Amino acid sequence: MEISAFLLFWAAIFTSNILLTNFLGMCSYLSVSKEVESSLGLGIAVSFVLVFTTALNWLAYHYLLVPFHIEYLQYIVFIIVIAAFVQLLELLIERFTPALYYSLGIFLPLITVNCAIFGVSLFMVIRNYNFLQSIAYGFGSGLGWLLAILMLAGLRGKLREKMVPAGLRGTGISLIITGIMALAFVGFSGIAPIQ
Amino acid sequence: MTRKQIFINSAFTENAVWKQILGICSSLAVTNLMLNSLIMGMGVTFALALSCLTVSLIREYTPRSVRMIAQTLIMAAYVIMVDILLKAFLPQVSKQLGPYVGLIITNCILMGRLEAFASKNPPLDSVIDGIGAGFGYTLVLLLISFVRELFGFGTLFGFRILGSWWTNWSIMVMAPSAFFLLALLIWIVNNKYYKVV
Repeated sequence: MEISAFLLFWAAIFTSNILLTNFLGMCSYLSVSKEVESSLGLGIAVSFVLVFTTALNWLAYHYLLVPFHIEYLQYIVFIIVIAAFVQLLELLIERFTPALYYSLGIFLPLITVNCAIFGVSLFMVIRNYNFLQSIAYGFGSGLGWLLAILMLAGLRGKLREKMVPAGLRGTGISLIITGIMALAFVGFSGIAPIQ
Repeated sequence: MTRKQIFINSAFTENAVWKQILGICSSLAVTNLMLNSLIMGMGVTFALALSCLTVSLIREYTPRSVRMIAQTLIMAAYVIMVDILLKAFLPQVSKQLGPYVGLIITNCILMGRLEAFASKNPPLDSVIDGIGAGFGYTLVLLLISFVRELFGFGTLFGFRILGSWWTNWSIMVMAPSAFFLLALLIWIVNNKYYKVV
């Protein structure tokens, strides 16, 4: 079934949030979410990179891997495309907008190892999205991830002075908050199909 | 450290999931069925042990500037092997695991062990460290999936344990329970194993 790109964009943010239903990008989500400001920076960087790497990987998959029947090399090709794109982006930002580089630059190396980026490319292949759908899905997933990390960062800020059992402090309580957020997002499920 | 200590250290004391908080993505995503968890754990252990061996063997000849990309490509090669093996012998499980097999490449556990241990230690020790970390990861996956499958489907490894009187808890099949159970596991381990108060 062909889902319109517009619908897919909203579905990627709410009904099947990349983090809250697919658990992707957890590592940097848990470690960076201590402050709202840095969460916002990383989230924007992730969204931006996702749109472009998904598009590039779609082109690489359909015009390079499929014609030569080497689909099994997709993992290596995708990783190289993502790493190269992030590296290039870092150079460009540093060269042309130093101000942006200082606020966003530190997050860029973190993105190469963010599994949400790689995961979106893999989902795109598994679900047979066309070019437009892939871009919409990539952008929606990025915004969904941004939404999730911002919510967690805001809540963690509030929790800082609260009494939390020693063993739960840090990761434990973050996971419980995320679970409650995921529970809320379950309410969106079924509104729009993703596949 | 003796080899036994290396194993215990990477499997329990420095467990990748509950101590270092690495590899969380897949330990949440594949744990709704015990069989999937076991296969995933074995896949990670296989890829991890062999990447550790390879990285350790070439550690003297790898310039520091390219070691990250070299490690990534080595991991990718083994993950592709795991993926092809799964597709050939366990197509059903491969389909259910979906993108999470490929995501082993970006699983921070692998990069973490390669960077912290295999790139500085002799081959045999590195393999033992890799197997230890893989074992610790598999253990966490099995613990979480035990609860999720038992309460979510009333079965274990596909065999019915709870009788027809049992009503499945659909929350256990859905995403939120994975977060809660991992948090609970970290809490218990912190209190009982590391004695955090």
